[in-house]
Amino acid sequence: MKITVCIGSSCHLKGSREVVEELQQLIADNDLKDKIDLCGTFCMGNCVNGVNVTIGEEIFSLKPETTKNFFETQVLKRI
Amino acid sequence: MRKFDTKVQDLKYKVLREVARHAFEDRLAESFIDIPDIIVVGNKPTMRCCVYKEKAIVAERIKLAMGGDKNNPNVIEVIDIACEECPMGGFTVSDACRGCIAHRCEEVCKRGAIYFDHNQKAHIDKDKCVDCGQCAKVCPYSAIVNIKRPCEIACKVKAIGMNENRSVSIQNDKCTACGACVYQCPFGAIMDKSYIVDVVELIKQSNHNQNYKLYAVVAPSVSSQFSYAKLGQVISGVKKLGFFHVVEAALGADMVAMTEAKELSEKGFLTSSCCPAFVDYVRKEFPEMAEHISDNLSPMATIAKYIKETTPNAKVVFIGPCTAKKMEFQREEVRPYIDSVITFEELQALIDSRDIDLTTLGEDVLDNASYYGRIFARSGGLSDAVREALKEQGLEDFEFNPISCDGIEACRLALRKASRGNLPNNFIEGMACVGGCIGGAGCVTHEERDKNEVDKYGEEAFEKTIQDAISVLK
Ligand code: FES
Repeated sequence: MKITVCIGSSCHLKGSREVVEELQQLIADNDLKDKIDLCGTFCMGNCVNGVNVTIGEEIFSLKPETTKNFFETQVLKRI
Repeated sequence: MRKFDTKVQDLKYKVLREVARHAFEDRLAESFIDIPDIIVVGNKPTMRCCVYKEKAIVAERIKLAMGGDKNNPNVIEVIDIACEECPMGGFTVSDACRGCIAHRCEEVCKRGAIYFDHNQKAHIDKDKCVDCGQCAKVCPYSAIVNIKRPCEIACKVKAIGMNENRSVSIQNDKCTACGACVYQCPFGAIMDKSYIVDVVELIKQSNHNQNYKLYAVVAPSVSSQFSYAKLGQVISGVKKLGFFHVVEAALGADMVAMTEAKELSEKGFLTSSCCPAFVDYVRKEFPEMAEHISDNLSPMATIAKYIKETTPNAKVVFIGPCTAKKMEFQREEVRPYIDSVITFEELQALIDSRDIDLTTLGEDVLDNASYYGRIFARSGGLSDAVREALKEQGLEDFEFNPISCDGIEACRLALRKASRGNLPNNFIEGMACVGGCIGGAGCVTHEERDKNEVDKYGEEAFEKTIQDAISVLK
């Protein structure tokens, strides 16, 4: 599964780094390193709703503090 | 208001702007021959002997603005008819010579090149003179002057010569495309080829970023440019032109700082590889030192590589202060990542060709890099970043002893010592332009305050450490 986090300027200022770090941590904690491919891209053309994250084609709007919830409700069920 | 340092830049800008305007409006091919009439108006000459010559020169500038001579691999080209064939006699005795009886000039000249006429006035025998300049130093009247062409003075790699018609010629095997002569020629007779038409095409073909995403990678020296608008407005302007997103080349610099620090600690001695004119200079004049050039791609190429690897269907245009980048992006190892290169001068022309008034735009954001990536734009910044990167990677034990060289003369000195094995330093930060990238030939302005602007911009970075800035990149 491929999760892409937007690291464009706008999302970056809203906390892309924290989101990425949190996701990395959660992936490691859940032993999903070879199941989940985490990547970055510069801008998804949806800056106002950042931090933007996609799973495949689906787009989600995250904040650092909602990342855990996103992982539990959206990521885990797709594994 | 926008401003350039000189009228020559202003003229060049107008040509670029009109060429871009015609290209955007799909009428370049049929009506580029009308552009001289747009630029040279009326029938009173303001620059040359007559308006016909002025128009003829503008026509040559248009050719360069449209990519220049395809058979000349160099991006720096001479406009023959614009060259005023300035005198270049070297040391010459001027009218200020009083014909004194001390004859210090004669005394000091080791070559016996000084002789006197019946009025006791000094002359220099050019067959004997080696242009050492000692006579000029000792003359009590400062009557001996060194007559050189501004382009010749500007070119520290000695690539400037003269053709049989006395107009300037460039030796491509020496030229590093730094652009110093372009900026210094008071008649604008030397110009960098422009890829502005290619960039217009890239914008148009993307069809509002539907066919591919067009990224602009912007050099950190942007912070000292466009002083009439806010940086955020410049970013808005770039997007308004049709770019999908703007990314800081400084993030590439953060990545480079990390790998360069590691490479240095392993190899023990290194020269930087960020400045393409410096790298070219090492390869041409100190080939024995070429093995010590860092393996890193430049920050521009590094970040563009990342963009292309993570975003399918991306195209990248680099926007910076540098004419030598126009050579670099054509190199085999960089070509896959960078689609075109323009300078800040050319960005200004592009923006105005679309009648975009930056000062009326909202402020967009640009924030990817750390303080350290951003200060690469000025001399000393790269060394500071490598020091920080050593620290952040727990490599403080490595005794870092850098020398920051800005300007080719400083680079030459350090390289010569290093090639003889008597340079005390273990890292050469080489920048071809004085002051670093902020002194680049493609800058709109070159001012004293530019360094402070870069530092200020650096301090505004959201991420404070290099590690934090690059942690989002996997
Ligand atoms: S910066 Fe994230 S969507 Fe534009």
